[in-house]
Amino acid sequence: MGKPENITTPDENGRFGDFGGRYVAETLMPPILELEAAYEDAKADPKFLSELDEFFAHYVGRPSPLYFAERLTEFADGAKIYFKRDELNHTGAHKINNCMGQILLAKRMGKTRIIAETGAGQHGVATATVAARFGLKCIVYMGATDIVRQKPNVFRMRLLGAEVRAVHSGTATLKDAMNEALRDWVTNVGDTFYCIGTVAGPHPYPAMVRDFQAIIGREAKTQILEREGRLPDAVVACIGGGSNAMGLFHEFVPEKSVRLIGVEAAGRGVESGLHAASLTGGTPGVLHGNRTYLLQDEHGQIKDAHSISAGLDYPGIGPEHAHLHDIGRAEYVSATDDEALHWFQECARLEGILPALEPSHAIPRTVDLAKELGKDGLIIMNMCGRGDKDVFTIADALGEHISEGTEG
Amino acid sequence: MTQRIDQTFADRKAKGQAAFVAYIMGGDPDRASSQAVLNALPENGVDIIELGMPFTDPAADGPTIEEAGLRSLAAGTTLTTILEMAAEFRKTNDTTPIIIMGYCNPVHHMGYANFADKAKAAGIDGAIIVDLPPEEDSELREAFAVHDLALIRLATPTTNEARLPLVVAGTKGFVYYVSMTGITGAAFSQAGSVTEQVAKVRKASGLPVVVGFGVKTPKRAAEVAKDADGVVVGSAIVKELHENGPDAALALVKLLADATHGA
Repeated sequence: MGKPENITTPDENGRFGDFGGRYVAETLMPPILELEAAYEDAKADPKFLSELDEFFAHYVGRPSPLYFAERLTEFADGAKIYFKRDELNHTGAHKINNCMGQILLAKRMGKTRIIAETGAGQHGVATATVAARFGLKCIVYMGATDIVRQKPNVFRMRLLGAEVRAVHSGTATLKDAMNEALRDWVTNVGDTFYCIGTVAGPHPYPAMVRDFQAIIGREAKTQILEREGRLPDAVVACIGGGSNAMGLFHEFVPEKSVRLIGVEAAGRGVESGLHAASLTGGTPGVLHGNRTYLLQDEHGQIKDAHSISAGLDYPGIGPEHAHLHDIGRAEYVSATDDEALHWFQECARLEGILPALEPSHAIPRTVDLAKELGKDGLIIMNMCGRGDKDVFTIADALGEHISEGTEG
Repeated sequence: MTQRIDQTFADRKAKGQAAFVAYIMGGDPDRASSQAVLNALPENGVDIIELGMPFTDPAADGPTIEEAGLRSLAAGTTLTTILEMAAEFRKTNDTTPIIIMGYCNPVHHMGYANFADKAKAAGIDGAIIVDLPPEEDSELREAFAVHDLALIRLATPTTNEARLPLVVAGTKGFVYYVSMTGITGAAFSQAGSVTEQVAKVRKASGLPVVVGFGVKTPKRAAEVAKDADGVVVGSAIVKELHENGPDAALALVKLLADATHGA
């Protein structure tokens, strides 16, 4: 674990500035305090950390490469663009970093049943994978809408022995899956470990998930110093709940010369109201255990998020991002569905990499920034997931018809 | 006002009875019919009313109350509507306490102090905010104290002895004992006695203890009433109202109240 600096350490109530906290039903307070104590103990235990490192190296496949995206750099005609290749991890995204950590912790706590929520299915697949590796029962809650648009991942989870439970309530997307996972946890607190997939939820999840993902930024910093002999001018990542971004940012937060740039999903445009950009278009509120920026109406009811990317389709954002936003340490911008679709294709053609729809949002802002910084600039973008899971969604959006096997 | 709550428990206690607490979702399925049900609760034996405030993401509730909340929101209910319903009720009833129950975000959005002012003006006696544990409720607690409103806390089977003093600290009115780990409307997992737990909470708080979650039938209400100072029924009433209408729901309320009082 990296040495936390002041602004990156939540206070005793789990707050980053005005954000975070523990807004949960009383039934969940004792298990959350138990989890916090177990995590504090584990992260100070060299045995736990070395076991995690072993799995990172030989199961996840870390370190992930830092790749100079030469043709995208030429195309942008500006700063050098590097991709942190977390899409090359086992299971195809950064999500497994966190699942490795949490499930090792669950095992240490003697929990036998793992539950998770998932949007794009990447966190569900990663949870199912690691649960299988340790022989733990795994139940994944997924919105019925997301099940339709992420069929390959649903099948993968089932192959891995997980039970995927469809959630039909509300908008049947990620937020509803999280409600349902909380309902499961409150019912089965004794034997169950809730493996939250992003840097949100009640304390200690935002800090804990960030710590497990911070390997991304630690590696990237070492790698860029080796390759370029200096720190980057900016690091860029897409944001739904914000775990891949926080993982990349964390190591660079104390490095004041490095700009931290998060790219939210603007859906059909922030002005259209159909988006998932909680910082750009939201206001502070309380949901899923933490105080943070939310998409909500004038009466404090949660509004539907909209994004072509199921992984970004969430009406909130991790509280540490809310804090970094308010103190001006990080910058938050957005990209639309159309931009993501366009740059998905450009990336495939220019670099031979099919990015997931989530990091496809980060590419246009990275290209803009490359132009802004000019030839002397240096940028690292987190390629946090691969696009295989999205080919049906993309084919559909492009008006192509490809077989899904089960539906014509 | 805490006084209405205290008086209610004192009156029942004097008769050797437990109080009957009924929950309805405000504005379900629409404001006018929900107001009519609300106004009729006392004459059907309800001692304390829990008036639900709808929320889009009720993560501690089962499908019955979640769907009732979504119906209410679809009919245009807001937190202001709920306050207006309470004020309307108070025009003809100055004795039955109303506790409003729901989730933090709409209250946070209105502002804690503003909410407390408006709740007082509407004749509300207290509130239960499900996702506002003691660690997070100081702002609302202070705003409520100004108006002598009761911020009711929940104690649960996971609230251990070390934590119980924190949970009951600064509470007024009563403490709500959630008799099982789970969501509202679920089957009662251990249909056993809650005697011991209720006694612990009562001793720690010095306040009446009501028991809810999983109480659906007059038989179970009567059992719980032997141990508790009050019995709460929510989902069963909400379900009856949705499936069979106001008359059926009020008939069920009467049966539950009689069972509670007869114990």
